[in-house]
Amino acid sequence: MNNNKLIVDVTKEEIQKAPIRKGFGIGLKKAGEQNSNVVAACADLTESTQMFLFKEAFPERFVEIGVAEQNLVTIGSGLAAGGKIPFVSSYAAFSPGRNWEQIRTTICLNDRPVKIVGSHAGVSVGPDGATHQMLEDIALMRVLPNMVVIAPCDSIEAEKATLAMANDPRPNYMRLAREATPIITIESTPFEIGKAQIFESGSDVTIIATGTMTYYALLAANQLYKDGIEAEVIHLATIKPLDSQTIIKSLQKTGAVVTAEEGQIIGGLGGAIAELAAENCPVPIRRIGIKDRFGESGQPEELLHYFGLDNDHIRLAAHEVVNKK
Amino acid sequence: MINNKKYSIEQLELITNNIRQDIIKMLLKAGSGHTAGPLGLADIFSALYFDILKHDPKNPEWADRDILLLSNGHCVPVRYAAMAEAGYFDKKELMTLRQLGTRLQGHPERLRLPGLESTSGPLGSGLSQACGIALAHKMDNILHRWIYIVMGDGETDEGNVWEAAMFAGNNHLSKIIAIIDRNNIQIDGPTEIVMPLEDYKAKWEAFGWYVIEIDGNNIEDVIDACAMGRAISEKPVMILAYTIPGKGVDFIESDFHWHGIPPDHQQAIKAIAELRTLNGRIRSEHE
Repeated sequence: MNNNKLIVDVTKEEIQKAPIRKGFGIGLKKAGEQNSNVVAACADLTESTQMFLFKEAFPERFVEIGVAEQNLVTIGSGLAAGGKIPFVSSYAAFSPGRNWEQIRTTICLNDRPVKIVGSHAGVSVGPDGATHQMLEDIALMRVLPNMVVIAPCDSIEAEKATLAMANDPRPNYMRLAREATPIITIESTPFEIGKAQIFESGSDVTIIATGTMTYYALLAANQLYKDGIEAEVIHLATIKPLDSQTIIKSLQKTGAVVTAEEGQIIGGLGGAIAELAAENCPVPIRRIGIKDRFGESGQPEELLHYFGLDNDHIRLAAHEVVNKK
Repeated sequence: MINNKKYSIEQLELITNNIRQDIIKMLLKAGSGHTAGPLGLADIFSALYFDILKHDPKNPEWADRDILLLSNGHCVPVRYAAMAEAGYFDKKELMTLRQLGTRLQGHPERLRLPGLESTSGPLGSGLSQACGIALAHKMDNILHRWIYIVMGDGETDEGNVWEAAMFAGNNHLSKIIAIIDRNNIQIDGPTEIVMPLEDYKAKWEAFGWYVIEIDGNNIEDVIDACAMGRAISEKPVMILAYTIPGKGVDFIESDFHWHGIPPDHQQAIKAIAELRTLNGRIRSEHE
C-alpha cells in the first residue's frame, strides 16, 4: 500500500493542509508571469477567490466587475474575443450558478476560451449553509458541449491545473473548495487535462474520486487493504472530457466501482461514471455524493460526515459492490 | 478595403431598399423568422456596412477592422442581407436561411459564418461582450478600432444589459458606440405596456453614457450620430435610434404582431411590389 511515489502517504498524522483555492491564486499569478495575455476578472470576491495575488502583481490586467455574475462571464467572452485569456472567478453558487445561459451561448457555443473558476463548492463551505454550498456545478458544466470540467484534489494540483488552463484553447470550468484540504500530491505528480491518474493500484474494486474526495478515497483504500480488499484509486481531476480508456480498463479489471464527489451524484461524477459503465462495461456501482437534496449550515468536517462524504462511507460502499460481483 | 468608396445618401437608400427586398425573400423562403425588426433596421445596417464600419468583406478577420456586434440576434436577417450586399458571400446563399446545414442559422453563430463576430439570440448579453472587447483593446492600447453594437429596446428588460451599462460607464469605455433600435415593440406588445423603458435617455445618462437621439430610419442621421459618437472621448456612446418596425412595407409597419412571423407568399409579393416602387421610381418586376 501507498507505494505510489508520486503522492504522499495519506495515513500519516502530520499531513499538511491548504485550501485548494490557494493553489489557484498562486497558479494564476504564475500564469500571468508566463503570458501577458492572461487577464483576470472577479465579481467582488477578490480575496476569497484568491485573485488578489494576481491583482497585486498585475493591477492593469485585473478587472473588478462588482456583484454581477452575468456580466462577469460575458465580459470574459468579450475579453477572449479581444485576444485575452480571461480567468473569471466568483463563488461557484453564483458562477456558474447564476449565469449558465451566458456561459452556454457566449462562451461554449461561441467557442471563446474563458476560464471560469468557481470557488467555495461543496458542503465543506460550512456555516454559510445551503445557498452558498454549490453542489450542482459539475452537472451544469458537464452537460455543455465544448466545456472542460476540472476539480483538483489539492492546492498543488490546483496550481498545475490553472497553468494548464491558461494553455488550453477551450472553455474551462474549475471548481475549488473553501476549507484547508490535505495536500496529497507533490510537485512531480503528473497533471494533464483530460487524463485520469491512478493513485493506487488494485484489482478488487475501483474507487473513482474527484476534488476534495480523493483524499478520503485514499484513506478508504488503506482501510480496505486491511479488510483484504485491494482497491484501485483513480483520481479524476478532469470530469470532462472523461478519460474513458483508463476508467473502462480499470472497471474491466476490478469488476466493481465506487464514485466519490462533494456534489450531486445526479449529473455529477457519479452520473458520468454510471453512464460510461452502463454503456461499456456494466459492473456493480455505488455513488458517494449528495443525493438529491441541499446542504445546510454546520462545521465543514461535521457536514462531510453528516452527508456520508468520508472514508468510512466509501469503504462500506466498496464492500457492497465487491459483494455484488 | 472598403471605405475607399464613398456612397451618396441616394446610393445608400438604393442599397437599403435591396436589403429590405432580400429580407422579405429570405423570410418567405425560410417560412419562419422575424420580419419587423430587420426591416426597421435596414437603414442602420446599410449605413454601418457601406459607410461607417472599417471592414473588409474579403478578409473578415482583418486585424484592424471595427467590430460590429448584433445583440438582438433574432434580427440577423438584416445583417445577412447587408453582408451579402457588401460582398461577404454570394446573395444566393441568403435563400438558405434557417435550412439544415446553412451558414445562415436562425440566430447568428460566429463559428459558422466569418464576419459575425459573436453568437447571439438569448437577449441581453451583447453589451457585456462589447465591454470585454473594448477593455482588451484598452489594455493593449489599441485606439483605432471601434466597437459598434446593435441592440433591441425590448432586450433592455434584461438585467445583464444594465450590469454592462454600469460597467461601461464606470470604465469610460468610449470606444463603444451602441445603437438601440427604439421601435417600441416587443413580442407581447408595445414596450411601454409590457415593461416601460422611459425615461430611456435619462436612464442611460444616469449610467454614465453620452446619449444621442436620432431618426433611425434616416441614413444620414445614423452616419452623423456615429461620427459624433467617435468624437466623444470620455464616455461610452448610446444612440437611441427611433425606428418604425417593418419600415418600408405599409401593412407591416408599426404592428407588433409582425415581430416574430414571416410573410406568406401573397404578403411577400405585395411587400416586394411596394418596395420596388421606391418613392415612385418603379424597378423591374422581371428579376
